[in-house]
Amino acid sequence: MAEIHNYTMNFGPQHPAAHGVLRLVLEMDGETIQKADPHIGLLHRGTEKLAESKPYNQSIGYMDRLDYVSMMCNEHGYVMAIEKLLGIQVPERAQYIRVMFDEITRILNHLMWLGAHGLDIGAMTMFLYCFREREDLMDCYEAVSGTRMHATYYRPGGVYRDLPDSMPRYQYSKFRSKKEIDRLNSVREGSMLDFIEDFTNRFPKCVDEYETLLTDNRIWKQRTVNIAVVSPERAMALGFTGPMLRGSGVAWDLRKKQPYEVYDRMDFDIPVGASGDCYDRYLVRVEELRQSNRIIAQCVKWLRDNPGPVIAADHKVTPPKREEMKGDMESLIHHFKAFTEGYCVPAGEAYAAVEHPKGEFGVYLISDGANKPYRVKVRAPGFAHLAALEEMVAGHMLADVVAVIGTQDIVFGEIDR
Amino acid sequence: MQAVRNILKTFFLVELFAGLRLTLRNLFKPKFTVHYPEEKTPQSPRFRGLHAQRRYANGEERCIACKLCEAVCPALAITIESDVADDGTRRTTRYDIDLFKCIYCGFCEEACPVDAIVETRIHEYHMERRGENIMTKDKLLAVGDKYEAMIAADKAADARYR
Repeated sequence: MAEIHNYTMNFGPQHPAAHGVLRLVLEMDGETIQKADPHIGLLHRGTEKLAESKPYNQSIGYMDRLDYVSMMCNEHGYVMAIEKLLGIQVPERAQYIRVMFDEITRILNHLMWLGAHGLDIGAMTMFLYCFREREDLMDCYEAVSGTRMHATYYRPGGVYRDLPDSMPRYQYSKFRSKKEIDRLNSVREGSMLDFIEDFTNRFPKCVDEYETLLTDNRIWKQRTVNIAVVSPERAMALGFTGPMLRGSGVAWDLRKKQPYEVYDRMDFDIPVGASGDCYDRYLVRVEELRQSNRIIAQCVKWLRDNPGPVIAADHKVTPPKREEMKGDMESLIHHFKAFTEGYCVPAGEAYAAVEHPKGEFGVYLISDGANKPYRVKVRAPGFAHLAALEEMVAGHMLADVVAVIGTQDIVFGEIDR
Repeated sequence: MQAVRNILKTFFLVELFAGLRLTLRNLFKPKFTVHYPEEKTPQSPRFRGLHAQRRYANGEERCIACKLCEAVCPALAITIESDVADDGTRRTTRYDIDLFKCIYCGFCEEACPVDAIVETRIHEYHMERRGENIMTKDKLLAVGDKYEAMIAADKAADARYR
């Protein structure tokens, strides 16, 4: 009789469902997974080490590139750690702008997740619909910062620029009638806040569309219900945060438990799952889309009524306005100091964490009093989730690995750093 | 009653038909995609694309070789050498931006005290040969000269926010 061996199989790093550069060594028994060994490091760029060799502000752009689908939330964690050490006060308007863009980022991230997760386990249409709505939010990113993704918008002490009073419009072309272009431009007539408000009004309907396609769908349920069940105790023991933890039924959300910026003034709910399987985590994230939408609507309302400065006027840390810089010698000196030496941060340590779309994103900063950090440590939520991959897939079929990677919402930029 | 309803729902594929109805409705909606490159999506005046160097209206180059952009560049993509020009002013003799190193963060533009180095809304460019990724001073000034009207309009639109 032939001897039957387990065999090992490589999953990725070129697999389209590996979400980037995950290499997974699977030990199979027939089609059942016995062991899964994730190999990381293929996207390692040394962000933490790089940050040690440049002034604080110059690393903001690199934070965007950690989790490259939720850019501004990464920046937020970093600038919050610096602000904690500096003890600088952020203007209220900047806090609201940050909260609004954190939530826009959350929607961006969850839409990307929903589309990719759907595509991975067989729902192609989701990908197209999600990207349709993402486009509007990308336009907001571009209107405010100048780039669709890597914004470099948050600064210690506030944000770089105020929200623009107009949105860019579609140009007339021979491919569309004038009426059609006017219809597209009708939501772009007013300010950026009008555009976002219009988005918040129509977005719940879009979420309903996604739910029509997925929530009751029997194929979707067959692929997700009772897959990778994590009990609340295990979820906490494994260091889960964000939707992964809430999907298991633990109502833990930094926005509620340790409110930062103006989250304590926001009215929103935290969805929690019941059974801790892939389907529950899907439901939690979809509900988060709706809750984020609610927060954005509240921010828009406040921002419209309360103009004001968006960055602290402490010119030892933030550069002065350009107009002042060009007319005033003192400001010019501040400007030159800000862009060459930067600012020195008092010696000490600080840990600042934000509720990132994927979980708790924290930056631990040690300063020795110089204008560069002595050490930066990034606490990436995806790292803890990936570490639990083996426990989650053991005993499942090969095809479920894709569903589990999808449900963990893994992005390698932050895991490999 | 609920159990009977559920069995009927399962049997008649209710949720699948609801999904199909949704996709069918979307099939007849106006198309969202654009015919790139003939047709483009909206672009903000704040867009950070290809770099350019500007001149004053009288043709004098703005850059005074203060090297702030070189100092602030996180990716160390800018290299500057300077000398005294024939008319006694301080000028760059070499101003290179390596487009492969650049991360398009916009700090150079933010730092420039005379609005010389700017990031334009040009985003469709390419390199064919090794070395073309280095934007030399001549190339930067050429871009600036060619698109001065567009650059000036974009910067004016954004001036009051900065």
